[in-house]
Amino acid sequence: MSAERTDEATVLVDPPRPQDPKDPRPAKAAGPTAATDDKASPFFQLSKVMALLFVRDKGAVFFMLIFPLIFLALFGSLFKGSSTAHASVAEVGSIRMLDNVHGSDRTQLDQALTITRMTSQAKALEEVRNGTLDGLIEQGPGNTLVLRFSSVDPTTAATVKGIFQSVIQTANVEATGKPPTYTLDATQVEDNSVKPIQYLTPGLLSWAVANAGVFSTALTLVMLRRIGVLRRIRLAPMRMTSLIGSRIGITTAMTLSQTAIFLAVASIPYFGLKLTGSWWLVIPLMFCGTLAFMSIGLLTGSIAKSEESSNGLAQLIVLPMSFLSGSFFSLDSAPGWVKDISRLMPLRYLVTASESVLSRGGGLSDALPTMGGLLVFAAVVTAISMRLFRWDDF
Amino acid sequence: MTTAIVADGIRKRYRDIQAVDGVSLTVETGEFYGILGPNGAGKTTTLEILEGIREPDEGRIELLGLSPWPRNPKLLTRIGVQFQSSAFFERLTARETIQIFASFYGVGSRRADAMLERVSLSDVASVPAQRLSGGQAHRLSIACALAHEPELLFLDEPTTGLDPQSRRNLWDLLRDINAEGRTIVLTTHYLDEAEILCDRVAVMDHGKMLKTGAPATLIRELDENVRVSVESGLTDEQTIRELLGQAGADVVAVEDDGVSLSITTSLPGPVLSVLAEQGALRGLEVRGATLEDVFLQLTGREYRT
Repeated sequence: MSAERTDEATVLVDPPRPQDPKDPRPAKAAGPTAATDDKASPFFQLSKVMALLFVRDKGAVFFMLIFPLIFLALFGSLFKGSSTAHASVAEVGSIRMLDNVHGSDRTQLDQALTITRMTSQAKALEEVRNGTLDGLIEQGPGNTLVLRFSSVDPTTAATVKGIFQSVIQTANVEATGKPPTYTLDATQVEDNSVKPIQYLTPGLLSWAVANAGVFSTALTLVMLRRIGVLRRIRLAPMRMTSLIGSRIGITTAMTLSQTAIFLAVASIPYFGLKLTGSWWLVIPLMFCGTLAFMSIGLLTGSIAKSEESSNGLAQLIVLPMSFLSGSFFSLDSAPGWVKDISRLMPLRYLVTASESVLSRGGGLSDALPTMGGLLVFAAVVTAISMRLFRWDDF
Repeated sequence: MTTAIVADGIRKRYRDIQAVDGVSLTVETGEFYGILGPNGAGKTTTLEILEGIREPDEGRIELLGLSPWPRNPKLLTRIGVQFQSSAFFERLTARETIQIFASFYGVGSRRADAMLERVSLSDVASVPAQRLSGGQAHRLSIACALAHEPELLFLDEPTTGLDPQSRRNLWDLLRDINAEGRTIVLTTHYLDEAEILCDRVAVMDHGKMLKTGAPATLIRELDENVRVSVESGLTDEQTIRELLGQAGADVVAVEDDGVSLSITTSLPGPVLSVLAEQGALRGLEVRGATLEDVFLQLTGREYRT
């Protein structure tokens, strides 16, 4: 401090006070005087506040946690049993050959078909026509079995045809009185024909995590900037890592509880999710996914000026990404260019890897490359966001 | 005694607007300093540059001997900034609000609670901050800025939108804070507020400091006439004119509107003694110039809020 300024200061030690209702100014120096043991950590306080703000915002709880579960319940119920082409067939009159099927063959038959006895052929035919029944079967002349089916659903029609072919083959072999020369030993492998819940769960869970990661980050960032909390943080001697850490902590807690709820709900017998070997790898996968989607949220929140526009921008990214990443349906039959685009989406890798570990018996070697990729993605997008980051609405 | 703030030639330009155009100021430790000016005069930008939120295009600033730009955590523990009362989290109570902001400075909940008590908000500690009344919200935002006991406090229009009682209530609080030895810099819309609270004020317009000084000094420098008035009917206008003439008082005007008898003069002393001799002092009022007159003279326009 220069000498001049000190002189100036002495002149102004007791500035004139026109009304002077003020007390004479005590010499007490300002500064921290209170107990030093009463301390608070910005990280814990921020985490607490973030958690409070989330649970007090019923709309957010619904949108982030309940809404994806509704999707799971809805899709899980809709597609339930759609892969086993279960057919209903009417048995018109009594068919000796069919009634003679007993034991394990009978069990297999019942698994594939529901056979109802009907007396009127006309009525049964009518029901086949209107789609209530998939086919009807009746005793033809001699040893002929007559099968009449509708080809509205070609898969079911083929299944029904195949089943009766096999019943007749078996009966023919038995009629020769010799043991069959060739037998088929069929064992199911975990392949594309898994039950829908096995791919719906990882798909919808990944989408839920993407939703929570992007939206909560973008909206929180814009809100913190709008109400001036970012400005306060900048004017306080705290580190930004407290804010970033608390956000990551809260969002991860949210997405991992979402994972637990999803797996629990999908595993109830009604949906019947069967977890395979290294299913627990879904936890680190979802954590890495959370970071990747938070970085997208950080980017949209840094660009957007208002909550509304950040919401729209986030939706613009998340919605197409969900459809192009196989969250809701498989991309197997999608055109090549769609598959090419999907390769740019972090969500696709999360869906594929979590489906692999949850439903296809995949292990560390399936999960690790995806986790690495998601972390690199998060780092790159965060670096870009940092260049666009604004503390204030200036 | 040291200097709390030294700013020298600060300038800030936004595209085609020169928001701050060469502002220099010195604020002493313990001083209550006010920045006055019409909307768009550059008050808030000046304050934000001093606080270290914005970087000036030009100029040098020292707060407590340290530069506010770039961000300096050592300095940040010693300054407090009051934000507009809208700067609260939605869905947090008053207590939760001050706790979170206090924690940014490492200040624990006991001190945060004590600060809430200090601004008389303990009764509404569990009320959502957004549902507090205007006066309560302003006090909460001041408490948030004070929790870490800063030496230097910045206030941006701390009483805007308050009813007269809440304003007075807040003035008492600000005086107490200042009396503890804390330096306060405030911008305000209200001239009476600046006149009552501030040791010195700076009048700003078009990004420039037009004049700085103690409110009383600025008013005195105006050399405006004083208006003395008493109840009408105590004495008649003609008598008073004659008596004042005999006493040699410098009278500009005498008028009686049926309610008050008013005498405009540059020297109220002789006028008062004439009225006293006449026993015509009932309802006496002596009105001098106010900061508003200073403001009008300097900026040449009405003080718009």
